[in-house]
Amino acid sequence: MTDADDLRRRTAELLAAHPPAITGRLEFLRARFDAGLAWVHFPRGLGGLDAPRSLQAVVDAELEAAGAPGNDPGRIGIGLGMAAPTILRFGADEQKQRFLRPLWTGEEVWCQLFSEPGAGSDLAALATRAVREDGGEAGSGGDWIVDGQKVWTSSAHLARWAILIARTDPGVPKHRGISYFVCDMTDPGVEVRPLRQITGEAEFNEVFLTGVRIPDAHRLGAVGEGWKVAQTTLMNERVAIGGARMPREGGMIGVAAADWRARPELRTHDLHQRLLKLWVEAEVARLTGERLRQQMTKGQPGPEGSGMKLAFARLAQEISGWEVEFLAEDGLTYDDWTMRRPDGVDFTGREAGYRYLRAKGNSIEGGTSEVLLNIVAERVLGLPPEPRTDKDVAWKDLPR
Amino acid sequence: MNDGTTLPAAMAPDPDLLYSEDEDALRAAVRSLLAARSDPATVLAGLQSDVAYDTGLWHSLATEIGTAGLLVPEKLGGAGATAREAAVVLEEIGRAVAPVPYLTSAVLAVTALLGCEHDRADVAASLAALAEGRTVGVLAVPLPTAPGGLSGPASVRADAGGALTGRVTSVADAAAAELLLVPAQGPDGPALYAVDPSAGGVRTDTVTPLDLTRPLGHLTFDGAPGRLLATGDRAGATVDRALLTGAGLLASEQLGVAEWCLAETVRHTAERTQFGRPVGSFQALKHRMAALWLDVASARAAARNAADALATESPDAPVAVAVAQSYCAPVAVRVAEECVQLHGGIGMTWEHPAHLYLKRAKSDELALGSPGRHREALAGLVGIAAP
Repeated sequence: MTDADDLRRRTAELLAAHPPAITGRLEFLRARFDAGLAWVHFPRGLGGLDAPRSLQAVVDAELEAAGAPGNDPGRIGIGLGMAAPTILRFGADEQKQRFLRPLWTGEEVWCQLFSEPGAGSDLAALATRAVREDGGEAGSGGDWIVDGQKVWTSSAHLARWAILIARTDPGVPKHRGISYFVCDMTDPGVEVRPLRQITGEAEFNEVFLTGVRIPDAHRLGAVGEGWKVAQTTLMNERVAIGGARMPREGGMIGVAAADWRARPELRTHDLHQRLLKLWVEAEVARLTGERLRQQMTKGQPGPEGSGMKLAFARLAQEISGWEVEFLAEDGLTYDDWTMRRPDGVDFTGREAGYRYLRAKGNSIEGGTSEVLLNIVAERVLGLPPEPRTDKDVAWKDLPR
Repeated sequence: MNDGTTLPAAMAPDPDLLYSEDEDALRAAVRSLLAARSDPATVLAGLQSDVAYDTGLWHSLATEIGTAGLLVPEKLGGAGATAREAAVVLEEIGRAVAPVPYLTSAVLAVTALLGCEHDRADVAASLAALAEGRTVGVLAVPLPTAPGGLSGPASVRADAGGALTGRVTSVADAAAAELLLVPAQGPDGPALYAVDPSAGGVRTDTVTPLDLTRPLGHLTFDGAPGRLLATGDRAGATVDRALLTGAGLLASEQLGVAEWCLAETVRHTAERTQFGRPVGSFQALKHRMAALWLDVASARAAARNAADALATESPDAPVAVAVAQSYCAPVAVRVAEECVQLHGGIGMTWEHPAHLYLKRAKSDELALGSPGRHREALAGLVGIAAP
């Protein structure tokens, strides 16, 4: 049984064998993975020790105290938060062995090729086609040839690999004809173009896929079962977006409170009342997330997870809007409209204007708030679904 | 004024926000009692009668299940539990809008007595009587009083002989009280007195309350004999602690009210058909209910946090209580209002119980400090100073 003491002992052994002061960053990260201390809840041999997820904090604290290098989770968030849990659950052994170690160490960045210009909230309507080169005979092992266009792809310009969903059977209703692949972003048929956003920068990309070749060994899950696999990715994405552990006054509310304390000359009664309300809501959202984590630790995952992203998005937008208003003349300025291509996303980075504009994406990316409200209403509350006209119609016969 | 030089983040503790197995068992016992004896139809029928509260139900809840003594240590005749367990009882009382003096007697009066010298025989005897549910105790303060809100001039004065004169308005469960704990201005400053309302010199004028399930009364003292319980800072501190505990645990009652309202609204809209389909299938309605669900899930975290902070005597308790009250009070009101609206015409009738929950939610919003009062308290506690 792996307990906290055992993890402390293993961490001490890792630090003794690879002293951070004289060990290269990548070398240390690889050694940490091999010691099972990367993500302790993962299986042995895949960076973990089959330990309770909650014990990761023990390892992280010891390593941080020892000055060990981290794997820069902001840069590899899609790999860590979405690709890895999906590969772990649906990948074959060779796939797990091949992909998880360089994913975790950050040697290989991942991106997610899901959304399309014609398939946003209705993701299952996606039109990117994957065709078996030899005609698609089952078990023949031939390569897949992929053509289509994806959009809103963070990190595509840095990525070595992508998780991709594509249509492999247009002749069945939309959810049933999708398969899930690992796509090589260095394939000559992959073209990445920056997509400039309202912030001025290009954190996202458009990705054009033209005759991209994917070996069948890079398929995750069965042919036609890609929608089920994608659900794992999407649930993990929403937990990752809404579920980061926060101290009191962490995140956007901390920035706003610091502004308030630093600029007494800008205070008004109205802004004071509204800030206090937002402070309370941010604190309660933090507690709700903390309660969810406690439930997961005890193995009783609660439905609160679906709601956390909703709360996070609304609060980020309201608080950043408050901040721009509070800053008065400074709220009228913007730091820099230059088109940049950041390595990751930092919701509380840069200035108030940037935070305000970037937060607009929080209720759209990773499932719009409207779609999440449907999920809560139907799957948590059990309310009846809207009548659907596309459920039993072959994808090729749908109007578009 | 703390203006943020020391960040409150540093002292935010690690609360236990879940329910323990014991707490689940207590909930099951209380829920099954209330389902059998205090279903909405029974509560509705009882409103027309003149009794101050449902005495039979109170006996079962307080004495047979033993919830009245949860906050009282075992050596003083109680169950030796904590605010966490009392919070679970209040959730269930909120869910049933049960007309029983739990918040007033088992929380406010008990906590006020616990802050007095309870090795004194008379204090210990009073506590034991409250803990066993033999006596209903009431802290004589206006129901809207917030923690720290009694710092002004007292409306009751006591002379050197302990005779009380004055008036306290809008006291919850005043007519049910068999023991009054009265904050008063004594000959040597602020003090807390025990008064037997049947001993003469006390008049209780019942008022017609907005929330029929929590009766209110005005108390008039005219030379009523008082027994001195505490004086000076101790009197102030024990009343304050009672108000803080009451406000923190009221959040759990508000959670229970909100839970019932949401569950009934979901049930109704999933069954009610218009335009050829259940009205709960329309996004315009289901999105509203999903938003309410998030409010309720968040209220649960806030209420649990306050109960845990009170149970562990955390220094963070004033923050946790102010957060819970400023969050949970409007959530209960919002869900109750949506419950009426989404029930359509039936929600506006006397025969449907939705109005009982709306009235309890709105009355609870004012009780023990309005949300705005609690946010004002928070401003000082976490260093977000007013202009």
